[in-house]
Amino acid sequence: MTGMVDRADRFSGATVPLWKNRTARALFYQAVVLGLLVLLTAFFVHNTGVNLAKRGIASGFGFLNGVAGFDISFKLVSYSLTSSYGRALLIGLLNTLLVAAVGVVLATVLGFVVGVARLSSNWIIAKLAAVYVDVIRNIPLLAQLIFWYFGVLSTLPGVRQSIDLLGLFFLNQRGLYAPVPELQPGFGIMPVALLVGALGAVLVSAWARRRQMMTGQPFHSFWVGLGLIVGVPMIVGLIFGFRMTWSFPELAGFNFKGGFQIAPEFIALLVGLSIHTSAFIAEIVRSGVQAVSHGQTEAGLALGLKRGIVTRKIVLPQALRVIVPPLTSQYLNLTKNSSLAVFIGFPEVVAVFAGTTLNQTGQAVECIAITMAIYLVISLLISLFMNWYNRHIALVER
Amino acid sequence: MVDLAHRADEPPPPPESRKPDEPPPVMAVGLLGWARAHLFSSIGNSILTLLALWFLYKTIPPLVDWLFISANWQEGTSRADCVKPGACWTMVRARFGQMMYGFYPVEERWRVNIVGLILVVGVAGILIERVPHKLWIGAFLFLIYPFIAFWLLCGGLGLVPVDTSRFGGLMLTLILAVTGIAVSLPVGVILALGRRSAMPVIRIVTVAFIEFVRGVPLITVLFMASVIFPLFLPEGVTFDKLLRALVGISLFSSAYMAEVIRGGLQAIPKGQYEGAMSLGLNYWKMNSFIILPQALRICIPGIVNSFIGLFMDTNLVLIMGLVELLGIAQASTRDPNWLGLINTALAFVSVIYFAFCFGMSRYSQALERRLAKGRRR
Repeated sequence: MTGMVDRADRFSGATVPLWKNRTARALFYQAVVLGLLVLLTAFFVHNTGVNLAKRGIASGFGFLNGVAGFDISFKLVSYSLTSSYGRALLIGLLNTLLVAAVGVVLATVLGFVVGVARLSSNWIIAKLAAVYVDVIRNIPLLAQLIFWYFGVLSTLPGVRQSIDLLGLFFLNQRGLYAPVPELQPGFGIMPVALLVGALGAVLVSAWARRRQMMTGQPFHSFWVGLGLIVGVPMIVGLIFGFRMTWSFPELAGFNFKGGFQIAPEFIALLVGLSIHTSAFIAEIVRSGVQAVSHGQTEAGLALGLKRGIVTRKIVLPQALRVIVPPLTSQYLNLTKNSSLAVFIGFPEVVAVFAGTTLNQTGQAVECIAITMAIYLVISLLISLFMNWYNRHIALVER
Repeated sequence: MVDLAHRADEPPPPPESRKPDEPPPVMAVGLLGWARAHLFSSIGNSILTLLALWFLYKTIPPLVDWLFISANWQEGTSRADCVKPGACWTMVRARFGQMMYGFYPVEERWRVNIVGLILVVGVAGILIERVPHKLWIGAFLFLIYPFIAFWLLCGGLGLVPVDTSRFGGLMLTLILAVTGIAVSLPVGVILALGRRSAMPVIRIVTVAFIEFVRGVPLITVLFMASVIFPLFLPEGVTFDKLLRALVGISLFSSAYMAEVIRGGLQAIPKGQYEGAMSLGLNYWKMNSFIILPQALRICIPGIVNSFIGLFMDTNLVLIMGLVELLGIAQASTRDPNWLGLINTALAFVSVIYFAFCFGMSRYSQALERRLAKGRRR
């Protein structure tokens, strides 16, 4: 280490004490940090090993194959009392992904509506939106979830007095009953038709864009695309038959038969998360729209464009550049906040794995590690996707 | 005001014979004019206004009725005393002490009050612009106050000892939030500096910590604090439940604080660093006298925001069996005497949370405007 001297020191010919040499000091600090970290980790690992051995808990992931033996009330794929812990983990993971995906969509739609409403020229609408944002943001999410679950859904009437919505949906203590399509043999042609319609819409929109670039002639590609996506399956269905029947919920004795039941836990979690996140998204949307200088709108109007076009083609694309990065954080927050489901009994990954499985097996380290790893991977994927999207829309300068 | 009706060859009428200006049309000024411009400027807007009014008519009167008019305000001991159909404030009155102090012994609650009073006075001293000696107040709050608070709350040295398992209610909410912020500020500064350090090992360690903690939900951190931390310690060493929650919350908020402070550090122009270095200041002097004072000032709104978030997130310690304000309120509606009053309990705690959080966010907005004043030219 004595040979290590700064260039300046060598130049002056003087030898500087080692502790004043910048490179040596940096190396020393890093060695100390690394050493402490290694020591601390070793200490923790050793203690954990001793503690687990004392409790007779073998470490490792072998327990995932063991029979779970508990039931899960809400599942997307088959699961029974004899399924393994690994299967239970899958159920929890799928539930987390489902609630996050639907929640992100709902929160985005609601957030954009409220954010635009805050900027409305209509005084009462703008004020209502502002109050919505302030109230929602300043009351803890857990209190809101408890409100939706214990305060609203639990006070709904029993099955026999269900609230009837259009004769199709029924709302009661056990959740929401909705009609569900039942697929018949030969249905396979419908998704193909949908795909063809969607492909047609993409082609039309590409052609319209090229034509507008070349000639400046706009084309109502949105409506044509929508027509294709809806129309092609409709025509195919009319010719070959839809091969699909609807199962409607019907009151039979003490419960509903048919249809699809959405658990109250899921509804409460979804409503709570979406409303909570939408208040934050609304603020992001507002600041994004306000960041677009008013001159842009005026220039668009001066060109004789309609207000809708100005908003869609001039203001929104520029606002999105400001909106997308913080929006990513909100999507991540929503996904992470879905873990609060543990308080209202919705079986997502934390409740199933860090809760029930951990309690039954005692495999604390493995259960927590897996749960955390799942969230880390989800976070990583969401931010990768949003960063890709962000690059896609970002302003390209020179 | 040019009168085009007059011909050019005619002399203009003398000023006093001119007709007085017509008042503006009734529909353009006053309440009517305002309503036309802000509520009924177009057909779409009129429909929206009417819908909003209908919505308010459908929600506000029932809410006011439930909260105040048909509410039960009298004292009582069980749900049977709530005879009116509205909110049952009777329950809140009966459980008020618990919601504030948890299960802290009634005759010792004065100690909590003193701790709270010092905190309020100290924080007010820092927040109110005119109070002098802010540095000393801050030093007292960060260095001496924690020990006084610990002694008063937990007892010992002449005071009756109180076990931390009896802490609860708003008091516990504040303990968690204030400790979280007090620990996360310095730790966050260190992590933020580490993240921008030129030393690769330190940078990697801090980045790994920050990204790891920010990538997982607080609940999993609390789960870890409650089931894994005890495993980390040597046999026989136990670890208070409240302390575990504090460690978990502090780790979590430190990572978020680090990112807030990093934002502030990034906003400092390079010239400030160069200026400091050309003065011959070393790394620590440069940061503590030149860079951090400016950076921290910039990120005060961000710090307040993360404090608000932390304040609201403290109720997740319920997962560890600690009952802060929301937990106690919910628990009191599980008491057989007060079953089914969850909405009253939620209304009460929501008002408290709202008052704290809304107050803080408004203060931070005012502060932002005040700090921006110096930069306006």
